[in-house]
Amino acid sequence: MRHPPIAARCNAVTKAFPAGDGTVEVLHGIDFEMLAGELTMLVGPSGCGKTTLISIIAGILTPTTGEIEICGKPITRMSDAQKVAFRRSNIGFIFQQYNLLPALTAAENAAIPLVAAGMPMARAAGVAAMILETIGMGAHLGRLPNQLSGGQQQRVAIARALVHAPRLIVCDEPTAALDAGSGQTVLEILKRAALNPDRAVIVVTHDTRIYSFADRIVAMEDGRLAALRTSPLAHVSDVA
Amino acid sequence: MNGVALRMLLGDRAKYIGLIFGIAFSTMLMSNQISIFAGLMLRTAGQILDAREADIWVMDPRVEYVDKIEPMTQMQLERVRGVNGVDWALPFFKGLTVAHTRDGILQQIILLGVDDATLAGVTPHLVLGSIDSLERPDAMIIDRAGFQFMWPGEAPSLGKIIELNDHRAVIVGISDASAPFTTYPVVYTKYSTARNYVGRTRKQLSFVLVRARAGIDAHLLAQRINAQTGLKALTWQDFTWATIEYYVKRTGIPVNFGITVVLGFIVGAAMVGQTFYIFVLENLRQFGSLKAMGVANGTILRMVLLQALVVAGIGYAIGIGLCAGFFEITSRTSINLRGFELPWQVAAGTGCTVLVIIVIASFASLRKVMVVDPAIVFRG
Repeated sequence: MRHPPIAARCNAVTKAFPAGDGTVEVLHGIDFEMLAGELTMLVGPSGCGKTTLISIIAGILTPTTGEIEICGKPITRMSDAQKVAFRRSNIGFIFQQYNLLPALTAAENAAIPLVAAGMPMARAAGVAAMILETIGMGAHLGRLPNQLSGGQQQRVAIARALVHAPRLIVCDEPTAALDAGSGQTVLEILKRAALNPDRAVIVVTHDTRIYSFADRIVAMEDGRLAALRTSPLAHVSDVA
Repeated sequence: MNGVALRMLLGDRAKYIGLIFGIAFSTMLMSNQISIFAGLMLRTAGQILDAREADIWVMDPRVEYVDKIEPMTQMQLERVRGVNGVDWALPFFKGLTVAHTRDGILQQIILLGVDDATLAGVTPHLVLGSIDSLERPDAMIIDRAGFQFMWPGEAPSLGKIIELNDHRAVIVGISDASAPFTTYPVVYTKYSTARNYVGRTRKQLSFVLVRARAGIDAHLLAQRINAQTGLKALTWQDFTWATIEYYVKRTGIPVNFGITVVLGFIVGAAMVGQTFYIFVLENLRQFGSLKAMGVANGTILRMVLLQALVVAGIGYAIGIGLCAGFFEITSRTSINLRGFELPWQVAAGTGCTVLVIIVIASFASLRKVMVVDPAIVFRG
C-alpha cells in the first residue's frame, strides 16, 4: 500500500524567547509529521505553544533549534527572502479574525496571494471569483468585508487561502468568532475544498465541536506534544 | 500591490480625510508663519530692495542698519566717486518728518531724497504718474498705502497737496514701494527738495549709492571703498542682511515671532508625523497578514511610502493653496498687509519638511511592521 507523502515534518523543534536577562523556552523538542491529504488539528490550553508552533511551521518564526520540512523543503535552512517566497507559493493562511482588507471586495481580498505573486488585480480577482463560487460566495463577489457576515468573511478567507493552490493551509482558530452553524459550514467547506492528495491542512482550535472533521488530532501542553489520535473516533494515545 | 496600498488608504474615508486635513493644516501653519516672518523681516529692508540700481550702499561707519542714519558731509560723496571701479556714486537722503494734508491729517512719513539729475534710487513700481515727474518743483511720489493713510477712502490720484515743515509739496506719482517695517508712508523726492523740507544743515548725506563699473566685483569694490575712504560700504545684499540681522538681534518682535514659527513647525511636524504613524499602526494587522502571506518587506515598504507620498502630496497641495489664498485675500482686503506673500522658497522648504516628516513617520511605524509579531497576525 502506498503511503501519502509527508506534508510537514517537525524534528526536535524548540523555541525560546528572551525574557529579562534570560530566556523562556515555550516549545520543548516537538516531533511530529503531517501527511498530505489530511486535516490535522492542534489542540491544547491557551499558552501551551500552539500559535508559536504554527508560526514556526508557516515560516513566520524561526525555531531556536530543530528542523522543519514543508513538502520536503527544509525551511529552517532558508534565508528570510527564500522563506517569504516559499510562503507566497506554498502556504495559505486562515486567521481567527479573517484579516480581510476592509477596502477590498470579497473577490479582491481572495485574490491577494496572486497579486502578491505579481498577477494583475483584475485577472487575479477573476481567478478568485471562481474559487468563491465553488464555496457558495458567488453572489457576494463585489461586497466589502463589512457587508458580509462572519461566516461569509471566513469563506472569503478560505478562498484567499486556496487561490494560489498552496501545499499547506494553516488555520488559526477559524471558528472562534463564528456561531456553531457557521463554524460547521466553514469546516465542511475547508474539508471539501481545501483537502486534496497534495495538500495538508493544519487547524489550531479550542472548538471541540469541530474535532469530528479532523483526520488527526495533536494535543499540546506546556510546549510539548501531550497526546495524538489519528481519528476523531479513536482513543487519544500518549506520545510522551 | 500599489493598487492595494491605495485602496487601503482611500478605503477608510474618515481616516483618509483626517490624514489629509492634518497634513494640510500643518502645511498651512508652517508656511503661513514662516512667510509672515519672512515678510516682516523683508519690510525692514524695503528701501534697500527698492533701490535696485545701486550695487553698493556707502554710509558712516557707525551705521548698522538702514534706519540708523549718521549723516555725512557732501565731501564724502566726492571721495567715493574717486575710488577706482566706481561707475557712478549718487547721494541718497533718508529721514523722518511730519506731513499735513489740507484736511488737517498729520502723518509721520519716511522721506527719501534721490539724486536730482538721475533720480536713481526711486522704486521702479509706479501705480500712477512717472518717475520723471519728480523733476518738477516740489514734486513727490508717495506710496499707495501712504496715500490711503493721508486721504482715507479716496482713490489714488495725482495733484494732491501736502505740507512739510511749512513747505508745499505736490503728489506727482503713486508708487507701489515695498511696505516699510514702521508702516509710515514712503515719500520720494529730489535730494535737494528733501533737504529743503527738513532744513539745510552741514551734514545731510544719509547714504551714497554706488554702481560698480562693468566687470568689477561689487564685494571687492565695497572693500576698496572702505579701505580708501574709511566709510562703511556694503553690497545691497549685505546691507539687507545687516538690517534684518539688526532687527532680529535688537528687537523682541522677530524673536517672539520666531518662537511662533518654531512652535508652528513643531506642532505641524508632530501632527503630520503622529497622524500617519497612527494610520500605519491601525493597519498593522493588515500589513502583518500580507507579510505572513508572502508579501516581501520591500513591497510593504513601498506600499507604506506610496501611501505616505499620496497623503503628503495631496495634503501639502491643499495646505500650500490655502496659504497662498490667505495672502491673496489679506493683501486685497487690507493695504497694511501688502507685501506679505508666500515666497517660493518657503513653499519648497515646507514641502521638503512635510516630506521628511512623513518619511520619518513611515519608517518609525514600519519598524513594527517589519518585525511582524505572529500574535498580531494570528490573534485578535
